Amino acid sequence: MSNAHTQAQPHPHTHSAAAVQAHAHDVAKHVKVYIAVFLGLLAGTVATVAMYYVHLDSVPLTITIALFIATVKAFLVAGFFMHLISEKKTIYAILLATAFFFAGMMYLIVWGRDEVPRGTQYWEGRNVQLPVDKTR
Amino acid sequence: MEIPYTVKARPDTGLFNAKVGIWLFLASEVMLFGGLFSSYIFLRVAADDSAWPHGLLNIPIGTFNTAVLITSSVTVVLAWASLKLGNFKKFRMYQSVTILCALGFLGIKSIEYKDKFTHYEIWKTNGERMTGHIEGSPWFWDTETLRQKNMQELTFHPDPKFYFTPKVKHAGGASGEEHGAKHEAVKVPVSQIKRLSAYVPAHSTYFGIYFTLTALHALHVLAGAIVIAALWGPLAKMWRTEPERFTNRIEVSGLFWHFVDLVWIFLFPVLYLL
Repeated sequence: MSNAHTQAQPHPHTHSAAAVQAHAHDVAKHVKVYIAVFLGLLAGTVATVAMYYVHLDSVPLTITIALFIATVKAFLVAGFFMHLISEKKTIYAILLATAFFFAGMMYLIVWGRDEVPRGTQYWEGRNVQLPVDKTR
Repeated sequence: MEIPYTVKARPDTGLFNAKVGIWLFLASEVMLFGGLFSSYIFLRVAADDSAWPHGLLNIPIGTFNTAVLITSSVTVVLAWASLKLGNFKKFRMYQSVTILCALGFLGIKSIEYKDKFTHYEIWKTNGERMTGHIEGSPWFWDTETLRQKNMQELTFHPDPKFYFTPKVKHAGGASGEEHGAKHEAVKVPVSQIKRLSAYVPAHSTYFGIYFTLTALHALHVLAGAIVIAALWGPLAKMWRTEPERFTNRIEVSGLFWHFVDLVWIFLFPVLYLL
């Protein structure tokens, strides 16, 4: 996607005839891409659902394929409809920070997965008597 | 006072301000949905296989709704492209389709929700379980409702198939794997009912996270539809006075709409298929 999609563009009425024609041609070209992406998204949806009915033996394989198709679809939407394949650095910087904090959040959640609240039934297994805290 | 950089790009960012604003907002949305997705993953991973229902959602309806949302996503970007070409009529036509798709999505989701609110599971005192519909299809009944209504027995239309794998002893007159069994009504004495729940968040962890994720997503669809409808209707007069600024507004609302589509792209396989 060209920068025509990322920057505020003057309205065609304010341009010269040649510029307007070039701009129109550029946008018209992108419209074809949008239609192709739309068809790709529909095909991805059909593929995901078809996979469900095929019943693969391996559950991890099923999950991997389903999430892979979802990721490809997400790339199509973000890349073309949201114009991320040719955006300004500012937006990439925002997304980089988002990815960093998202990864951090997921890491903290995974890290804390086995940390269960003291004093609950999940503390070192069910129905375990907790030692008396004599400091209190 | 004039708001700066609504049309022209700001020199340091290279973008008009609203675009930076919407991307910052979308970044916060990624964290919101990301947190909920991580909750889903941990609940799913920690759940025993027999405690995580499968096949309770209607896949053809979910697939259709996915197609509806994808269609709305392409019409949003085509509407914006039409404005870039100076074609306001086409913009209105495409955004009309977008609004119809948004309403269609919410309508279909409502039907799905209604189906869940009138679908029940019974846990009997002898350990048997069954799913199905209560005569008259009432909404939101639970064990307490039976006590309040002072009912002696419940007329229940059991499902031919139970949802657990491996299956739990099913008291509905048909075992788990038997397809095509008759939906004959059975009378269940209330004294034998240990627990009754509709498919609502209180039913199980699965429905808890299902309703949290899909309801939050539906709220986003509703909010996006309201903004798009406002730009289609009363706010569209800006096109006559400030066409570039109006086009930018459409782009920003479109970015939000695509994000809503993106979230659904992951929600659909995770909740309906896996």
